[in-house]
Amino acid sequence: MRTTFFESLVHGPLTERPPKPDEAMLAELANSVDRAARGRLGRSLSIRQVDAGSCNGCELEIHALSNAFYDLERFGLRFVASPRHADVLMVTGPVTWNMREALRRTYDATPDPKWVIAVGACAVDGGMFAGSYAVSGGVNDAIPVDLHIRGCPPSPTELLKGLIALLEHAS
Amino acid sequence: MALLDSIPCVETVEAHRPWPRAIVHEDGWREAIDHLVAGSCTLLGLWGDAPDVHAPDVHMALLSAQAGDIAVISYRTEGGAYPSVGARHPPAIRLERAIRDLFGLEATGAPDTRPWLDLGFWCVCHPLGTKGAARQHAPYAFLPAEGEALHQIAVGPVHAGIIEPGHFRFTANGEHVVRLEQRLGYVHKGIESLMAGASLDNAAKLACRTSGDSAVAYSYAFAQAAEAALKVTVPPRALYLRALMAELERLANHFGDIGAICNDASFSLMHAQCGILRERTLRAANACFGSRLMMDMIVPGGVSRDIVAEGIPQVQALLAEVHRVFPRLIDLYDNTASLQDRTVTTGIVRPDYARQFGAGGYVGRACGRAFDARRTPGYAPYDALAFEVPVLVAGDVNARVWIRIRECEQSLALIDQILDSLPAGDTVTTIESGAGPGEGLDPTEGLGLAEAFRGDVLVWLRLDGDRRVARCHLRDASWFQWPLLEAAIEGNIVADFPLCNKSFNCSYSGHDS
Repeated sequence: MRTTFFESLVHGPLTERPPKPDEAMLAELANSVDRAARGRLGRSLSIRQVDAGSCNGCELEIHALSNAFYDLERFGLRFVASPRHADVLMVTGPVTWNMREALRRTYDATPDPKWVIAVGACAVDGGMFAGSYAVSGGVNDAIPVDLHIRGCPPSPTELLKGLIALLEHAS
Repeated sequence: MALLDSIPCVETVEAHRPWPRAIVHEDGWREAIDHLVAGSCTLLGLWGDAPDVHAPDVHMALLSAQAGDIAVISYRTEGGAYPSVGARHPPAIRLERAIRDLFGLEATGAPDTRPWLDLGFWCVCHPLGTKGAARQHAPYAFLPAEGEALHQIAVGPVHAGIIEPGHFRFTANGEHVVRLEQRLGYVHKGIESLMAGASLDNAAKLACRTSGDSAVAYSYAFAQAAEAALKVTVPPRALYLRALMAELERLANHFGDIGAICNDASFSLMHAQCGILRERTLRAANACFGSRLMMDMIVPGGVSRDIVAEGIPQVQALLAEVHRVFPRLIDLYDNTASLQDRTVTTGIVRPDYARQFGAGGYVGRACGRAFDARRTPGYAPYDALAFEVPVLVAGDVNARVWIRIRECEQSLALIDQILDSLPAGDTVTTIESGAGPGEGLDPTEGLGLAEAFRGDVLVWLRLDGDRRVARCHLRDASWFQWPLLEAAIEGNIVADFPLCNKSFNCSYSGHDS
């Protein structure tokens, strides 16, 4: 353990420079983050992730945001365990009919002001799974979405760009 | 003796490859169940089929325990019913409940007739079979646990982390779990219905997204099934590149799991260090194939793109880094008493259960079941590569961690061999599409079995005369691991459930599909 700790001290951080916020995402956010919300939240946001039918690919990349390379918490962003502690719901997957009710209840349990980020190609419109008897569609069909981060799955860098765009607007 | 010699069959299906499929009557079906009960065969899968010109079939894939031989038997249902396998062989119970939900086929004598995947929210019932009016949403009858001091804890479907959704109903006596019952199906996307009528390309993409953590393994098994059905020979270079992808995927998942298990015991140093190794592995994969999770890289006929030459030094750098750091992390895991206190003797899986359920992956191998699809039945290029299948007997969380550690070491050695002996040449064999509707190509069928990081993935495929998918069934290793988690947690404290659960790391999406 000592060697590992010592090495961490001397070789410098692995954490990389943050990417620039994505222009298209900034534009999408322009309308949804109002002045009042900015004043109340400042630059620190709590995120609750909800898998509404994903293949688990997006979850893996969202997980990666917390590793030493991306270090999400340096931006004041952190994942929380309850929707009641959250400012942001980060929703993945085509919304399955079996998860739709649970997603709605999670949304209702999140206090205002709140934002919803839909992550991944499936979250836009159901993606490859659109048209199935088991899938109701994209996230926007179930709850209002403020920001889409596309990709199958989006890389951690793309996720960061979207989250930084949200922060720029919320601050 | 071939597996089917011991089962009375009516006829064998010519177009099924590489292993035989036979139509059986009730005597053959019951004989197969006898084999399962006696332990001379392992259940590899049980799935339904849509009505054809004849009544719908129910198919059962069997693995012979001694010879490693595989066969599929098909029972033609009468009046929408077939004799229950689950009545005598519990691993089939959830599969029969799923067949009932999806096809409306009843297992006569089944011990549990509650729905499994249909939670009462779909607009149809039996969507792959008779397609009736939607089932009414009704409260689910959880299995009882009675006693004065017992209380229940309901968890999910939305969990307290970045995890897939599912419901766990614990009954506890103080801190000790008396009964755990799982309720799954929340991420059921109807993949098998989307497969029907899909082109091979689209079907391969759907297969890849059955479980995102096993994107390579699913596309691997799907490609095997399609290539068997169409008698396609894959170029040697593609075979080696597939194995490289599969081992990178295994490494990334195992690193992630080892860290996450330790994190569930609040040992975050391991989590951080293993997270670095996982990220480096995904970056190497990205450098080689332009995709971190290597999605859509394996396609029927070969691989969709060749390895980028500049990627190879990155993989070699990854191997060097892992060789430098990983042994130290293993020592740290092994020498930290507070961590060992949590993992040793926690969540023990009984070896007889693992054998009975045919539990694959680290769940089976941590308690004596030495099955690995890369070895048995085995597939190229693994027959030409040297590797060991690590096996332990303790069956606890600690043993499942150690199997992962040993498998990482094997994967490193495999990647070394693959890079050393990577053949030159083509990376894909083009598959001709069908001649057009009604042009008279015969339907063909194929079965694929590939070893994902968590266990064997089975894909069964029937292609129509137009070379489109008529029917495809995908079976995740988790079907035979989830039930063992219910057994393993019994008598453990509630606080150890995250450790047990993470050490299984069963798939929700792969199971629910």
